[in-house]
Amino acid sequence: MMKKLLSAVALLASSLAMAAGPTIPLDKAPIDLRDKASLQNGAKLYQNYCLGCHQMQYQRYSRTFKDLGIPEDLGMEHLMFTGEKVGDHITNSMPADYAENAFGVLPPDLTNVARVRGANWLYTYLRTFYVDESRPFGVNNKVFPTVGMPHVLQELQGVPYRAHETRLVDGQPTEVYVGIRTDGSGELSAEEYDRAVADLVNYLVYTGEPTKLESHALGTKVLIFIFIFFVLAYFLKKEYWKDVH
Amino acid sequence: MFKNLMSWIEYRLPFMDKMNLHVMQYPAPKNFNFWYFFGSLAILVLVNQILTGIWLTMNYEPSAEGAFASVEYIMRDVDYGWLLRYMHSTGASAFFVVVYLHMLRGMMYGSYQKPRELLWIFGMLIFLVLMAEAFMGYMLPWGQMSYWGAQVIISIFGVIPFIGDDLTLWIRGDYVISGATLNRFFALHVIALPLVLVILVFLHIMALHEVGSNNPDGIDIKRDNDGTVELTEADKKFTFHQYFTRGGKKVIVDAIPFHPYYTVKDLVGVAGFLFIFAFVIFFMPEGGGFFLEPPNFETANPMKTPDHIAPVWYFTPFYAILRAIPDPLFGAAAMFLAIVALALLPWIDRGTVRSVRYRSELHRWNLVFFCISFVALGILGVLPATPTYALLSQIFSFTYFGFFALLWLYSKNEKTKPLPVRLT
Repeated sequence: MMKKLLSAVALLASSLAMAAGPTIPLDKAPIDLRDKASLQNGAKLYQNYCLGCHQMQYQRYSRTFKDLGIPEDLGMEHLMFTGEKVGDHITNSMPADYAENAFGVLPPDLTNVARVRGANWLYTYLRTFYVDESRPFGVNNKVFPTVGMPHVLQELQGVPYRAHETRLVDGQPTEVYVGIRTDGSGELSAEEYDRAVADLVNYLVYTGEPTKLESHALGTKVLIFIFIFFVLAYFLKKEYWKDVH
Repeated sequence: MFKNLMSWIEYRLPFMDKMNLHVMQYPAPKNFNFWYFFGSLAILVLVNQILTGIWLTMNYEPSAEGAFASVEYIMRDVDYGWLLRYMHSTGASAFFVVVYLHMLRGMMYGSYQKPRELLWIFGMLIFLVLMAEAFMGYMLPWGQMSYWGAQVIISIFGVIPFIGDDLTLWIRGDYVISGATLNRFFALHVIALPLVLVILVFLHIMALHEVGSNNPDGIDIKRDNDGTVELTEADKKFTFHQYFTRGGKKVIVDAIPFHPYYTVKDLVGVAGFLFIFAFVIFFMPEGGGFFLEPPNFETANPMKTPDHIAPVWYFTPFYAILRAIPDPLFGAAAMFLAIVALALLPWIDRGTVRSVRYRSELHRWNLVFFCISFVALGILGVLPATPTYALLSQIFSFTYFGFFALLWLYSKNEKTKPLPVRLT
């Protein structure tokens, strides 16, 4: 019983992570919310490759510009395409019924996607599309099998395919999946592509919780204050309790 | 002039007298340890929930169409809205942390035993209302877990024979969970239940002050004034309200006035608690996915069931008991019984020695295994119901109820240790 209990406790963390059901281990996303250049590049990628289908209906342009250090005039010129106002939410004009017809489901809003899926999931997902002619869009995904989304970043990455190697498993030569390779037709090298995806995921982590850095900065001050308060309260208590002891 | 005004008021509403009775001249045992922080901390969290809740309602919109967006509006566009929301969401979990520890304290030191049965019952009622309050509050952000968690919990009522279906219909106000459900849960969450909660907390404290606080030794500090009680210098040092000495019929030993001694001591507890509380709020508001579950950042979608629906952590021990029994009706009954058993503790425990310090080894271990069962059930309630976990849930449900059965059996003729005459 004790053994089962221990294994139950040990499984807790892993089974929570497994809830979304990825079939391969997730790569760690190099997130840095202080890296403004990375966030700006991520915003640019989002506007160009994602927004066509995925809205960000809870985030305002002005908020992105302010937090990422993008001057409003530059932002309006390069990141806003359809004449919205700077205070508007980042939405697109794709009709919902059209989207459902085209993709089978409404492409989800991505404002909070990093909080739903986790940064590592997104980082791995966007780097594990592969050619699969049996799928409607000709691609499938290692993290999200039978995904209903085309590989929109293919022009950056090149045409991706699954690489296998023959390895000995239990003494038998077996084909083992070793990762995604491309045909080299993309605009970016493999390292550059990883970097671009990292920037995009960084931006999505930011939009999921735009107040995170502010929260950490304020939190540090609050903790210092409470600590000082704790020390004073402790000595106050000690002083009063001299009567009792 | 001021003095005249004060006595004018005092004559009509004896405010100072009541303050003396309940605060400045309330006799509290001098040996409270850190377990006694959790009562005052529960009040602190209640105040936090009420205040942050009021400010959240100012921008929240209780409709199926607008709820999720209004929460995001609070998180992004309202000044410090994110802080209010995290204080409130973290406060909900903190409430259960302190309440569970407060209840464990009561169990360790036998604080439910005669004459504190009613006090314990009020506490259990607070616990019940708190669970309803938390459940309804969790629905308000209208995320995926809000919706599907509510779906699961409301369906539990559906297993009641004959009236089940009508009852769930009555709770939802619709054939499915909808905007109508959200609206009534909002009304109950922001006014009806908090009102009941505050009244119950008031009664809990009044009942406490009537019978007096228990302490880690579980012996009385109010003794009959029959000349046999030897008073020390310390006992003579403080004045207590005459209400507690019953006009000289009682003497009070080893006690100190609640204020200033326990107010300054609780202040240390408050600071320690706030440090952890603030750390969660500012640095890990999702609480590792336990305080705010990841699927809840996605708006409710009745057409899309999440892969794995787990209730919030504070319900999971009882949820695990529910799932442990294959028959839904008996499962729901067992879950209900798990709470009723706690409420009946004053009568299940037939012992007269209160504190675990002076009770048998058997009792000590029984209590330890009860805690292990409760925590294990809490973990199992989060996990998917695989055959292994289902078996474990059954084992720990059995040991959970076993605690009460054993306690009833051995407490009547328990071999206890001699009680000290004075507080240690």
